[in-house]
Amino acid sequence: MSDGAKIVVDRASKLFLEGTVVAFRNVELSVRPDEILCIVGPSGCGKTTLLRCIGGLVAPTSGRVLIDGAAVDRPRPGVAIVFQHFGLLPWKTVAANVAFGLKVAGAPRGEISERADHYIKLVGLAGFESHYPYQLSGGMQQRVGLARALATHPEVLLMDEPFASVDAQTREVLQEELLELHERERKTMIFITHSFDRRGARPRRPRCGHGDASRTRQRGFDGRIFPAARSRRGARRDPLCRDEKSYMERAPPRGGGVRR
Amino acid sequence: MSISKTDERIALGAVPAADQELMREQEAARLRAAALQRRAALGRAAIRLASLIIVLGGWEYFGRQTNPVLFTYPTAIANAAVKMIASGELWKYLWQSLIVLFIGLGLAAVFGIALGLIMARFRVVDIALDTYITALYSIPSVALVPVLVLWFGFEATAKTAVVFLFTFFPIVINTYQGVKNVDERLLEVGRAFRCGERDLWIHIVLPAALPFIVAGLRLAIGRGLIGMVLADLYTAITGIGYLISRYASTYRIDAMFVPIVTLGILGITLTGLLRFVERRIAPWAHQAGRE
Repeated sequence: MSDGAKIVVDRASKLFLEGTVVAFRNVELSVRPDEILCIVGPSGCGKTTLLRCIGGLVAPTSGRVLIDGAAVDRPRPGVAIVFQHFGLLPWKTVAANVAFGLKVAGAPRGEISERADHYIKLVGLAGFESHYPYQLSGGMQQRVGLARALATHPEVLLMDEPFASVDAQTREVLQEELLELHERERKTMIFITHSFDRRGARPRRPRCGHGDASRTRQRGFDGRIFPAARSRRGARRDPLCRDEKSYMERAPPRGGGVRR
Repeated sequence: MSISKTDERIALGAVPAADQELMREQEAARLRAAALQRRAALGRAAIRLASLIIVLGGWEYFGRQTNPVLFTYPTAIANAAVKMIASGELWKYLWQSLIVLFIGLGLAAVFGIALGLIMARFRVVDIALDTYITALYSIPSVALVPVLVLWFGFEATAKTAVVFLFTFFPIVINTYQGVKNVDERLLEVGRAFRCGERDLWIHIVLPAALPFIVAGLRLAIGRGLIGMVLADLYTAITGIGYLISRYASTYRIDAMFVPIVTLGILGITLTGLLRFVERRIAPWAHQAGRE
């Protein structure tokens, strides 16, 4: 267990239905304050459940989850989640959805609208402030969810396949945007995906145990964990990244067709 | 990271010149869509009108050939209606019934929604009451009218109680279902953003339950109209029920149909009004028809 870690998962397991279904078992990981952690793995391997545990939405069956050294037993301030299902409130406009977290947190009105405006622009939805979610495409809804999380200025950003419904071009832009945000504000990010453009993500031996998962009916956690290198430029030069090349080449061309 | 770079990023998707053209295009598309919707509405109105003309025409034709003691036809009803409206007779009796309907329905809405919410929120209340609610909802409400007469007499109080009985349960049950059907994932979103109980209700539970509550009210309007006439017939004979039974017993079929048609129009109006209000306060609930 490294000191000074922002997020620590300490031999956490989550079992469902009296232990017959294992979401994940004995997961151990720690995330530094300015780190981006990507969790990659096939669907059904417990990625989302792990994220929900870190977010404080469900408690692990055993083990601990710590953020800033404190046990997570409920959603903590400074932690924002981007949901795979977007989780937009259908009765709120885009602006109201983005403002939701701030409003609940009791931020002053002026600040709420200012920040909401800023992040709506950031995700490229300017002009859609008064639309309702059902009037938006899936990708646009997902961006609203992202803006809503960012608007609370979280220190920790937990993202569950935040770009799953976004087209390749927008994904490229948003991913870039996030990395930039990360460089600017040094946020801790955990990023679940099964199709991550792993530029800058250097694989390392997964540290999550999945010891006796095979004995249970469902697969336990066997996601691989890629901690991102600190700077993208550094990562590109990193020899360890080279074996990712074939993968990268299949990714969409950089900025192709995107106005920026 | 310099500020200017950030600003460029923020301008993403908002390139001025191209964007203005885009906005003009969107505006034009909006206008086109509005025109299309108008045309569709016009088409619907035309079909309704044609159907109305055919049905009324057929009724008129065949109605004129029957014995006026047994049946009537639209123009006769219209004649009678003009007379009854002019003399103020229709309004006088209709008003007696309407008051009962509105008070009964209003009380049922207030208490029904409240009880539905309480049952959905507190498990103990839910388990304690749910059998009675289901049982009372299943019993044909007519069966309880004599009991209400026994308790409340024959006057307006009894009538209001009858309407209340008819309308209360669908409102309770729908409100309860609405709260219970709130998307679990949205509740989780609320928790993730650290909503307190109050915020959860205001921002998530109540708006999610609203369409269900409105559906309950719509059911209640239909049942309330039944309760209203039933109360008029089973208790002191007043109101619109009196009008119907009086003209029926004197074989004035044309005049008898006036209050009946009025009831139909009343049902359509109230339901339409409710739908209008729902559209205003819950535009998201109609997403299906608006693509």
